[in-house]
Order: sequence, then structure tokens, then C-alpha cells
Amino acid sequence: MEILLAIMTGVLYAAGTYMILRRSIVKLIIGIILFGNGVNLLIFLLGRITKGNPPIISPELKHFTDIYADPIPQALILTSIVISFGLQAFAIILVKRAYKVLKTDDLDMLNTLDEDS
Amino acid sequence: MLFIVCLGFLLSIAILFIHKFIKGNWAWLSTLIPLTSFLYFLSFIGDIAQNDVIKVSYSWISSYSVDLSFMLDGLSLLFVLMISGIGTLVFWYTSSYLKGHEYLDRFYAYLGIFMAAMLGLVLSDNLITMFIFWELTSISSFFLIGFNNESKSSRKSALLALGITGVGGLFLLAAAVILGQVTSTYTISEMLSMSNEIAMSSSYTFIVVMIFLAAFTKSAQFPFHFWLPGAMKAPTPVSTYLHSATMVKAGIYLILRFSPILGETSLWNTTLITIGAITMLYSAIQMLFRTDLKAILAYSTICALGILTFLTGLGTYEALVAAMVFIVVHALYKASLFLITGIIDHETGTRDITKLSGLKQGLMPIAVAGFVAALISGGVIPTLGFVGKDLIYESTLHFKNNAWLLTGIAIATNVLLFYGGFLVGVKPFLGKKPEALPHLHMPSIRLWLPPMLMVLLGLVLGFMPYLLGDSLIMPGAEVLSRGESGLHLKLWHGFNTMFWLSTLTIAFGVIVYLVLKPSDKLLRFSEKFEFISPKSITQYLVSLFKIMSKYWTMLFQNGYLRHYVATYVTFIIVLVGYLLLKDPVLKIDYNTLADLTVYEIVIIIIMFLSTLFTVFTPSRLAAVAAMGIIGFAFCLLYLFYSAPDLAMTQFSVDTLTVILFVLVLYRLPKYLKFSKNYLRVEHGILSTIFGGMITFLILKVISEPKNSEISNFYAENSYVLAKGKNVVNVILVDFRGSDTLIEITVLIVAAIGVFGLLKLRLKARDKK
Amino acid sequence: MKTLILKTASDILLPVLLLFSVFILLRGHYLPGGGFVGGLIAAIAFVLDAFANGLENSRKIIKIHPGFLMPLGLLISFASAVTPVFFQDLPFMTGLWASGHIPVIGKIGSALFFDTGVYFVVVGVSLTIIFTISENA
Repeated sequence: MEILLAIMTGVLYAAGTYMILRRSIVKLIIGIILFGNGVNLLIFLLGRITKGNPPIISPELKHFTDIYADPIPQALILTSIVISFGLQAFAIILVKRAYKVLKTDDLDMLNTLDEDS
Repeated sequence: MLFIVCLGFLLSIAILFIHKFIKGNWAWLSTLIPLTSFLYFLSFIGDIAQNDVIKVSYSWISSYSVDLSFMLDGLSLLFVLMISGIGTLVFWYTSSYLKGHEYLDRFYAYLGIFMAAMLGLVLSDNLITMFIFWELTSISSFFLIGFNNESKSSRKSALLALGITGVGGLFLLAAAVILGQVTSTYTISEMLSMSNEIAMSSSYTFIVVMIFLAAFTKSAQFPFHFWLPGAMKAPTPVSTYLHSATMVKAGIYLILRFSPILGETSLWNTTLITIGAITMLYSAIQMLFRTDLKAILAYSTICALGILTFLTGLGTYEALVAAMVFIVVHALYKASLFLITGIIDHETGTRDITKLSGLKQGLMPIAVAGFVAALISGGVIPTLGFVGKDLIYESTLHFKNNAWLLTGIAIATNVLLFYGGFLVGVKPFLGKKPEALPHLHMPSIRLWLPPMLMVLLGLVLGFMPYLLGDSLIMPGAEVLSRGESGLHLKLWHGFNTMFWLSTLTIAFGVIVYLVLKPSDKLLRFSEKFEFISPKSITQYLVSLFKIMSKYWTMLFQNGYLRHYVATYVTFIIVLVGYLLLKDPVLKIDYNTLADLTVYEIVIIIIMFLSTLFTVFTPSRLAAVAAMGIIGFAFCLLYLFYSAPDLAMTQFSVDTLTVILFVLVLYRLPKYLKFSKNYLRVEHGILSTIFGGMITFLILKVISEPKNSEISNFYAENSYVLAKGKNVVNVILVDFRGSDTLIEITVLIVAAIGVFGLLKLRLKARDKK
Repeated sequence: MKTLILKTASDILLPVLLLFSVFILLRGHYLPGGGFVGGLIAAIAFVLDAFANGLENSRKIIKIHPGFLMPLGLLISFASAVTPVFFQDLPFMTGLWASGHIPVIGKIGSALFFDTGVYFVVVGVSLTIIFTISENA
């Protein structure tokens, strides 16, 4: 299963990179989101996968007695999910705003316009 | 004590809510803040005079042995009284000086932060805390110098000052870290007993040099002095408070504080004496060429700081006493001269000495104050200045070698200081009043009372120096000189060598004052040599650096996002790929892997197809929908692999993201095909290699055994230490709570960004 | 998108979802949940309401601008983090716990307040973003 997931991560990375390399701003955002998903999966896999044993101590115990899923990648990804929501919102609005002000959707057109301000 | 130190910070926060109040007629009420601190610290005089040391400590980041520990001894009491005392007068003065100013509230906020930072700096017993306060003073002074932010030169000076003093702060940090390693403590009072070990250690030279760099940048010693005259762009109360009486003395405080720890080596003493002497002579001569009252004062301040460094370098008991007395003397006369300059500027609109004369008509009380201040500055009997100068000569004369050379330098400097004091304090008031100046009348009491009080104090302490000596100077000197004591301050020592030297100084001073007339000619003459000054050299280096970075930028930062990303990706592929290919064999133990199940495979296939679809679909809506599917597939994956928290969060965020897209999508630009086909293929290949490399990397990691030390720590202690059973949540809100705190701050910043971008109206320029 | 079905459903769903979000928040220390998820659910509840009854209506329900929830939450979190420094002379972020046991929540401690702060920030951030965008986009 891990091998399949590793390949999936690679696919997400490749798709993300490809979209970021496009000139259209909308594709850039989509690329960033895909890339972010890839990163999450990567972190998750580095903690190894465990089925059916969430890192929650059962009510009557004080320690884990059974195996449990690694909590650290989960904490990291939880943070990352919420942050990327903020980031995505900001990126989308930034793009919209740039589009409105500069009237271009082409990233290559953005590099010259800040010079003459 | 923590509360008193933080009063200034509290004020600056409170300004948010009471800014209307503070801008109006009630501005003077803010004076209560420094006054409270002053009275609070005044109450310790009795204890300190008994040579008590008061220590208070609050835990802050104990695990890194960084605590808010404060220590009040003779030296720090001297400084806190100066800071809060002069602070009181400056706050009071400002309420009239900047009356009705649009940003008076901000001004008070910065001033409050500055005062608090300064108090913290001199009270800190922990080096790291000290560093933080040190940098806070630099930052708040940046805002204060650049207060007139509409003027370009003001912004430039502020940046220059921040650059120099900020870099100095980093040196302090370096010294602190190394000292911490050598002594395995950050507490200054604990380092006192370890001075031998420090002197023996191999990093001694490094520590000393770092401390020197920190102190010299902050206290404007040659060759780092040039930011200080520029800092005079600030409103006069700032120059008074920061750049004469308090902040620039922080460097002096640092070397004084460390002289019992690091001192008594030839490296320490010789460097300080040399740098101090150069600074004092250099700036004293520079002073001759200035015509702006504030510029004269700026150079005379640098000169005084040079004297202080010099005295600390001498390091004898007498010299340390002299230094401490001179700190007080200098604070008193320099602050009052600055305030008087402020009044002159306020009333006449000019600070050019060649245009000012005869101001005693209408400003008589201020003329008297100026005269007395000049007397203190010139060290004329019976002021405290005389006591100070007496001690300086005494310490140079009694120094073990080159006594007469050092005394000569001290005399020459004092002659010029005398001249400078009279130039500012006396000259503008004498003679005939030019027609060009407006009719003058006495300003508000809030303006003239503070300088008056200070010169009065200088006179009173001149008659009764033991008031100051027994309560502050002696305990302070005791701290610094490790127990030596016995000197009592007196005004009159009889007709000894020191007295005759003093008289000589005054005589020469009067001659210089009568002979030299400040004029633009002299100023222009001095500007011819500007190109070899440290300031010009620095600026030249900076411009070289700019040219270099321009070429660098043209090479790498060409403005095309694609190029950047492609460069990064290629770089990573080469770097990581090289490592991976060195050992390309995968040794995966298939038994440890999870089993394949049908529903998992289905989900992976769905994810895979959606990803491809997202990349290749020509429709935006389809792409967004496909991304939603990827998100929900993730949700299920997390659920399978024991991460219920993640599944819930991913689900909620995905819902919100889809809503977000729906809201914005139709206003977003349409998909357009910009790239050329060969570029697409090229990028496709690059991305595929990158993705493949990541896959390989993960497989490589999986084939290695996992280190779960940290995870086990959290899992074991989750309930025992943090009383929580959901380990993920415990990590977020307890073990790594500080990270979460910063994270939500980042979220807020993002939301504010969105709000700002959308609500901000387009400026006229953008509408074109 | 003002359909009758959505409208009727959201009238019931809003309080239920909000209650649910608080429930998720409170149990976070022992079972899956916590401030992040709770906040997101609450935000979704309001967004749903805004879709059904119009933005103005949900603004009225919240009363204050959602932007103010952000500093409020940050303040709660920060206060719970510095409380040990000021009142107990313990390091920053030390957990403090009240004695006693309450159903669902379990023990009350500074971590719960911290999570509550996170909850408010997340609600504030999500709603600020969504509301601003739907007003101006």
C-alpha cells in the first residue's frame, strides 16, 4: 500500500510543479494547492501508516498498550491544512486583485510592471 | 518590578484606546508614567546606599535558562533614575513641544516603548533578556528618529541608525551566546565570580571584541559614530532623551557592567583608552566646524561618550567614579542644552548659530538656564561639572603610564567641550537681536521648566556632591571595582594640580570661544575632507554592494516566476538526485508494509484520475471540481489510516475551499493557453522527473527503520503531563502550543491580507 | 440561492451545527476534535446560513464583525499562555489544571482556554475571508 501512496505523492508533486510552471495565474493557484496536498501526503507517509489505531488513549487507560499511529505528522498536517486554507484564500484574492489592476492573466507580463511605479 | 518596567509598554498599548484623549489638552498626563517609575526607583536609594543588591526573577523560558531576572544595584539604579527622571521631564516637555501634532499619540507610544526597553536593558541580569531589550531600544529609536517620516533625510537617518545599532545588537547576541557557553549561565551576576575562567578561555578575545563592537556601535564611538549626527533629524525631545541622555549611554553601561567580568587585561584597557581618546578628539574637532546647534550638541555628545569610554578603559577606581559622575553631569547639561535648543528652534524657527543672537530679550530665564548649563558643561566651579572634571584629571594623572599624555588629551577635549557648551548655551542669547527674528515671548512653562530644573540640580549637586556620591556613585563604583571604596565626592579640594588644570582648561576655553567664530566657511572647509570620513567610506561600500547585487539580480531574478521555479526544481533534482543515486538500491521489507485492500486501491485510482483531470482539463470549473474530489479522497485516506482529526479538518476545509472557489471562480480570468508547446513538453519532463524523485525518496525512507523517539515521548507523556488523551490535540495545544499560537497569528495575517486587498480602494495611480 | 428547503433546513441546522462545533471543541483533548475543526464547523454553519438567508441575515446573527473574533481569540490564547508566567511564576505555556471533573469536557485547564482561543481565531478568519469575498468579489 505504501508503494502506491508513494507513487501518488510523486504524481501530486509532478502535477503541482507542472501547473506552477504554467503562465496562467489560475493554474498557478491550482498548482500550489496540488503541491500542498502532495506535501501533506509526504509528511504523512514519513510517519508510516497504521490502520485502525488512532493516537488516542482509551478512556480507562493512562498509556498506550497497543500500537498507535504516529501523532507528530498528524499534528503537522493539521496545522498545514488550516494554514493552506488561509494561504489559498490570500493567493486567490491576490491574483484577482493583480488581474483587476494590471488587466493581465499572464505571469510573464507581471515582471515589468512594477518598475515604472 | 516587572510591572514598573512594563509600564511604558502598557502605555503604548493603552494609547490605542486613549489616543484622542492623549492628543488633546491632557497630553501632559502621560508624564505620570515615567514619574511613577522614577518615584518607585527613588524609594530604593536607601537600600542601595547600604550596598544592597535587589534581585527579582520571573521565569520566562526556563528551559533555555532565559528568565526575566532583574538586578538593581548602584550602577543600574543610577541609570534607571536617569532614564525615568529625564524621561519625566521629556514627556512633560513634549506635551507642549508637539502640542496638537497629528501623531502625538504615536510619539508617546514610541517613547513609552523606548523607556520601558531602556529600563529593562539596564536592569536585566540575564544576557539574553538584555539583548532583547537592547534591540527594542534600537527599534523604538528607529521609529522616533524617523518620526517626521515625510522627510527623506529623516527616513534615511533612521535607517542608518537602525542599521548600525541593530548590527551592534547582533554582536551583543554573539557575545552572549559564547559567554553562555564558557560560563554555562546567562546570568550576569553569576559571571562575576568566573572572570578568571573567562579570561583563560580561548574565546576571551572573541567575546571582548563582540562586546566592544556592540558598545561602540550603540554609543557612537569612532568609527561607528556617524549615525548619531544624522539621528538629530528627530524631534528635539527625542534627541534629548535618546541621543544624549540615555540610549547612547547603553553602550557605556555595557562596558561598565562588564568591566569587572572581562576587564583588567591589556586588550580591554588599551582598546578602550585608544578608541575613547580618538573619539573624543575627533568629535571635539568636528564640533568646531558645525553651525547647527543640534549638530554641535551631537558632536559634543559623541565627545562625551568618548570620554566615558576612555575613563572605563583606565579602569582604576578613581576613573570609574569619574565616569559615573560624568554620566550624571553630561545627562544634566546635555539634556538641558538640547531642551533649550528646542525652545530656540520652536520660537525662532532656526537652529543656525550664525543667525541667532540677542535672544535674551524676551527669553531671559532661558538665557540664565543656558548660561548655567554652559557652566556645568565647561566644568566651572561651583557646579557639578567641576566635580566631574576634577575627577577626570585626577584619574588621568594617577594612571600608571603615559599620565601626562592622557591628561593632555583630556584637557584638549575639555577645552573644546567648554567651547561647545558656551556656543549653544550662551552665544544665541548675547549680542544684538537681528531684525529677521520674530518678536519673542516666554514659551509655556512646560517648555522652560524642565531645563531649569536640570540646571538647578546641577548647581545644587555641585555644592553638595556627597548627596549624589554617597547614595549612587559609591555603591555603583563598589559594584564595579570589586569592593574598593573610600572616595568621597567634594567640591573643593584646595589649590592642587587638578584645580590649576581646571583653571587652565577654562582659560583656554574662554580664549577659543572669543577667537573662533562659527561660520559657514568653516563648515564648507570641513566638507572638503568629507570623502575620507567613515561615513563616506561606509556609503561607498554600500553603493558598491548595490552595484554587485544589481548584477546578481539581473542574473538570477529576471522576474519570470517560471524561471525561478524551474531553477529551484532543477537544483533540488540535481542535489537530491545525486544523493539518491549514490545508493540506488531499495531494500524494502514487504512484510512491514500495510496490506492492499480494494477500497484503498479504488480511492488511489480516483485520486490519480482526478489529478490528471485537473491538470489537463480546459475548463476551470471542472478543475475545481476535480480538486474537490482529491480533497475528499484525502479525507477518506486519513480516516483509513487512523487520523480522525485530520479527516475532520480536511473535510471542513475542503468544504470551505469549494465555497471559496464558487464565490470567486466566475470573476477569475478564463483559462488561456500561453505557453508554447515545446515549453510544455519541457516542463512536463521536468515535473515528471521531480515527481519520480519524490516517490523514490519516500520509498527510500520507508526502507529505513523509523525513529519514534519523539513520538513516543509525546505519547507517553500526553496524559501524564498534559492530562489529555487525544495526542494530536495535546501536541497542538500543549506541547507545541507556542507554534500554534504563531500559526493562528499567521492565519489572522492572511485574513487581514484578504480583507485589506478587497476593501482597499484603488489609488488614483492604479486606476490609470 | 434562496430556496425554501435550504432556508428551512438552515434555520435548524445553524444552532445544531454551532452546538456541534462547541461539542467538538470541548472534547478535543480526549477524543478527535479541537479548536481547529470546531472553528471550521462553526464557520461552515454560518456560511450555510449566509447562503440560505442572505449575508445580511447572518451578519445580524453574529452581531459583531467576524474580524473582531480574531484578536479576541488570539488574546484568549495568549492570555492562557502567559497566565502561568504572571500568576504562578512558571514558564510560558505551562499547563494549569483545575481540580474536579466535568462530563464531556473532562478536566478544565489552560489548554482548554487555549483551544477556545484557536476556535475563535479560526471562526473569525474563515468568516472574514468568506464574507469579504462574497461581498466584494
